[in-house]
Order: sequence, then structure tokens, then C-alpha cells
Amino acid sequence: MGFKDYCFKKSLWVFHFGGASCNNCDIEILDCLTPRHDLERFGILLVGSIRHADVLLVNGSINTRDKDRLLEIYNQAPKPILVVAIGACGCTGGIFAESITFAGPVDKIIPVNAYIPGCPPKPEAIIAGIVKLVNKS
Amino acid sequence: MQGARYKTKERGTRNEKRETRNIDTMVIIEKLKENFSSDILEIVTKNEKRIIVTIKPDSIINIAEYLYKTAGLRFIIASALHTKKGFEIHYHFSMDSTGLVLNIHVILDKENPQIESLSNMFNASNWIEREMHELFGINFLNHPNQEKLISDGNWAEGVYPYRKEFK
Amino acid sequence: MSKKTIIPIGPYHPLQEEPELFKLYCDGEIVKDIKWETGYNHRSIEKLSESKTYDQVFFLVERICGICSTSHPFAFANAVEEIGNIEITDRAKYIRSIIGELERIHSHLLWVGLAGHFLGYNTVFMWAWKYREPVLDLFEMITGNRNSYAMFKVGGVRRDIENVKISIIRKTLSDIRKKTDLLAGAVMDDPVIHARTKGVGILTRQDVIDYAAVGPTARASGVAIDVRKDDPYAAYPLVNWKVITAQAGDVFAKAEVRLLEMYESISIIEQCLNGLEKVKEGEITVKVKEIPEGIGTGRAEAPRGEVFHFVVSDGSNSPARHKIRAPSYVNIATFKKSCIGQTIADATISLAAVDPCYCCTERMAVAYDINSGKRIMNANELIDCSIMRTAEMKKNLINN
Repeated sequence: MGFKDYCFKKSLWVFHFGGASCNNCDIEILDCLTPRHDLERFGILLVGSIRHADVLLVNGSINTRDKDRLLEIYNQAPKPILVVAIGACGCTGGIFAESITFAGPVDKIIPVNAYIPGCPPKPEAIIAGIVKLVNKS
Repeated sequence: MQGARYKTKERGTRNEKRETRNIDTMVIIEKLKENFSSDILEIVTKNEKRIIVTIKPDSIINIAEYLYKTAGLRFIIASALHTKKGFEIHYHFSMDSTGLVLNIHVILDKENPQIESLSNMFNASNWIEREMHELFGINFLNHPNQEKLISDGNWAEGVYPYRKEFK
Repeated sequence: MSKKTIIPIGPYHPLQEEPELFKLYCDGEIVKDIKWETGYNHRSIEKLSESKTYDQVFFLVERICGICSTSHPFAFANAVEEIGNIEITDRAKYIRSIIGELERIHSHLLWVGLAGHFLGYNTVFMWAWKYREPVLDLFEMITGNRNSYAMFKVGGVRRDIENVKISIIRKTLSDIRKKTDLLAGAVMDDPVIHARTKGVGILTRQDVIDYAAVGPTARASGVAIDVRKDDPYAAYPLVNWKVITAQAGDVFAKAEVRLLEMYESISIIEQCLNGLEKVKEGEITVKVKEIPEGIGTGRAEAPRGEVFHFVVSDGSNSPARHKIRAPSYVNIATFKKSCIGQTIADATISLAAVDPCYCCTERMAVAYDINSGKRIMNANELIDCSIMRTAEMKKNLINN
């Protein structure tokens, strides 16, 4: 295990990118951090800037206008960074895949490390996904 | 826990007696007929809460001004649609005291759809007119700021995604 | 006049979960103008809707906004039922209203939490979100999902609330009422919150009429409009409740309206549950053969205000045109009135007071990519700014 991988074992700081989403996944992500699930116990913290983050959470379908912003945010991220696509829209485009402004699911734009399907995924599912990701790396 | 019970009864709530207005549903239609008889093409009454008034596009400003300023109706939104007749716009006005939704319906030219903007009268129509301009290519004359609202980066200028193809 | 500083909020910004860009044009600390850029969330739902059948559209409109995921199907159902002249059963009416009001409670709790967060009261944030969980549990019990309930269909609802569940719902509601008392007491009696929110972001009655604002934003300015009363639908005419209004039009009034509305919602649900016990179990749908040609307008009162759906049917099995107007679409425009003249620290809470929902609006974080040469303040600093101000006021209050 390299030093960087070791760092991913503890206190993941996450940055949340909401694409053209319906807000459900965003709310459920916040819900993970509030008292019932309280991920902050494990040092998982939502940060305001991608430059501080270890994990990039992307949810929602990405429209053509968001695409460039997502790429820019990914380029600004300190590497290595783990990218997690959350929700049906993040994974595949979901119900919005036929939309005229749809620019492709997240993995067409940036490399994705983990997919958490569901519409919206429950907080438990999001936590399970993150745990799986941490154990893998 | 020390949170004091918050007293709901003492706080402001709406009077059970409804705000009375002088104008009710039928009166407003009568008044419209009376004042704008030459501008109104058709009145369809679906029921007492849903009325559709088709007017000539030129008279939209006068009628909207009457509805908004004199009768005190609230502008909800406008819906554009592309049909075989051309471009149609339904301006939805709401009379909150009676629950009436009054649809002011105009039919615009197929080739060069344009109509006077209402945004100089009330701000509520500002965004929807910009949006209709982007989605359908309807031109709003004298609009204070007809710039892009949602299309920037999503689709090119001059492309109107909500237009349909008719044979 | 000195050179204006531009402070961008967004597009990706921890203040709001959703992408949206506000540019605050500031002179010193005072906001002089506000400009808004949108399109980050456009999904062209109105266009997608034309390619779906009436049954499928419900799943689509539910995903306009996750928080209002009952209101949009509600309004759409009203619109389609108006075209088809469909009268639903009493049980379906009660169930629809129950789901709608539960949604209002969870949405208002969510807002109270976020507003607390913007003011620097993270305790309020954590409390409100904790008390919100039992409501989501109720949803999970009734519909099988915490959000996006898929309860509505043309002619009724998809799932019944069996009578055995009613006592569980009653118990949870009485818990929620106690928690609301606690929260309302804590928020409404706090001198610092009074100092931060009273007289901030004032929207006058005339502004509301000019911008045609709806929902709590309008009711806090003394405009008593509520679709549930004005154009009654579902079970709302069958139960007894009041429209909450306040006069001041500031952030505090908006908070007050929302908190008091939660009590009304709880009372509406309790009355609906009483009604539910009186009607026969299982009668939740009427058979719908086809949707005739015609146009229909459906309205529903979402937690944020009036949702308006306009459906044109050409007699086929999918809408020919489907126009959606979400409440935030008109409410967000009022920022132009409420933010200008405020200090930057107050701008955040003024923005939040409307409970803006951008995914609704468009159906359709940090300021790093603005041209160099302009002073840049990032999102965290902006919230910090607000938090610092609260701390300062607290100190002053203690010293005095």
C-alpha cells in the first residue's frame, strides 16, 4: 500500500458536484452527514472547494453546459481523486438520457471509480458504496 | 427541553372572511366583452373556473393592462405551443379570490412570430418571454432584456428545439 | 462611484446544492445589483414529456424536483383529470392530501435547517434534519421510497394507506408536533436570529404583485394566496384549516410562515386520517379509458408555492404540449428586490429565504473561473462572512 492509498483509508473529504439533477441525490448526500447517519464520525466531511477534496461525488445527468464545468473541476482536483457517480442519472442518465441537452453519463466525461445506483439511493446505499470503494483502494 | 411552546393562536392568520372583490368571474368576462369587443375572437367557457379567451395579438397589451391593473389578476405564466395554425401563446392569469384561471390565447404568424412584450408592465413575464424566445424563436417586441436565459452552452443560437415539423 | 466588485455565487457552491450562478455586483459591502445565469440544470423536461405516455409522465414530473416530488404529479394529475372530466374517489383524495402535506412538513423542516446553517447555527441544521427523518420513514412505510414516491396516477393513487398504518402515522405526527414546538420556540425566541433576520431582505406587497411571487414568499408579505383555498382540489375542501400569513415580508416573516404552516399541515393530515377511516379500504382508483382532446390546467400548492401545469391533449396517449411552471421560477426573480441594498453577509440568507429550487425552475462553488483582476471571494468565505456576523451580534448582545 502506497502512501496515497493509505491516506484514503481515513478522513475522506468529499466535494459534491450536482449536475442537472432533481435534487434528491443531493439531499440524500447531505442526509448522510446529518445526525441519523452522521458520517462525520469517520471524518467524512463535505468541503466547499474541490482543491481540498479526496472524493468527488457527481450526481444528476450532465447537460452540455455542465460538461465543461465538470471537466474543469476534475482537472483542478488534487490527484489521485476518487470519483463516485451517484444515482441513476449519474450512472446512466436515467430518465433524462433522452433529453436534448444530455451530454452523456458521468463516465463518458471523467473516469469513475464507483457507481451507486438508485433513484435516489438511500443514505445507507451511499455509505455502503463509499465503504466498498475505501476497501478496494 | 426548555423550548417554549410556540403559540400559534396569537400569530397572524388570514381572516376567515374572504377578501371581497367587486369583480367576480362572470363580471370580468362581461367587462372584457364590453371594453374589447373588437379584439376578442372567441370565448370558451369550460366551467366557471376555466375560461379561454382568444384575442387578436395586437391587443395583448391593452387587455393585459386591464386584467392586471384594473381587475387585479395575477399573471401566472405563459405557455407557447407550435401547432399547425402557427405559434400559439396562452397567457394564464389567475384570479385568486375566485380560483379562476383565465387563459388569454393568441395565435401568431407561422413565418415571423412576434408579439409585444408584457415585461414593461410587470416583471413576472420577463423570464418566460426570454425562455419562449429561446425555445420557439418567438420575438418579443420592446422586451427590456431579451438575452439568453437557459440555452447558453446547451444549444446553439438560432436552433429552436421546441419547434415541430409539420407536413 | 467606485469600481464595482463582482462576487459570484456558484455555479457549484456549497450554499446551494444545485448549480446556479449569481453575480453580486457590490460597492464596498453593499450589494448594488444582482445578475443571474442559469441553464446548468436544464433537462428539457417539457420536451421529454411529449414523448411519454400519460402514465409515464408521472415518473418524469416527479423528477423535476426531489423535494416537491408530490406537487408536480399532483398538478399534472389535476390537469389531466380536468381534460378527462375524471372524478376520483374520496379515499384517493385523502391519500393525495396526506402525501402532499407530509411533503410540506419535510420540506419546511429541510428549509429551517438550511436557513440555520446559513446563519451559522449548525445546531438548528442538525436538529431540523434529524426531526425530518421520521417523516421520511413514514414515506418509506407508505410508498416504499424516501423520496420520489410514485403515488399518483390518472384517476387515483397507486397504493393504499391501509387502516392498520393509521395509528403509526398518528403517533409519528404527534412526535413531530412536539419537535416543531421545540424548533419553533428555539428559532422564534432567539434574540440573535431576530437580529439577523428582522428587517432583512424585505419584499413589499407591491413587489410581490409585480413579480407575481407565490407561496410562503408571498404570504409573508401579506398576500394571502394559497391554491389549496383559492382553487380547492383533492381533500382540502373537506378539512378545516387556515392560511398562514405575516405582514413584514422579511426573512423572519418567511420563517414564521413556514413554521406555522407545519402545524396546519399536521392538523390537515390528522383530519384526513379521520376521513380515511370512514371510507372503504381499497377504493383508490377509478378506471380511465382515454384522455380526450382538449386543454387542462392543473394547480397544486407545493411547499414553495403554486405549481402550475398546462397540458394540451390531442387525443393520443401522450401530451401534445406540457408546460410546467414551478414556484421558484417566479420567486427567484424577487432577489432583485430583496438583495439590493443589503450587505453581502445578509445576501446569503435573503437568497435562502425564498427556498429557491433551481431544478424546479429550469426543469429544464467556488469562484475560480472568473477573469483575473477581479476580487474573488469564495463560497466558504461568504458563508463565513455570514457566520462571523452572527457571532459578532451574539457578542454584542451578551455585552449589553
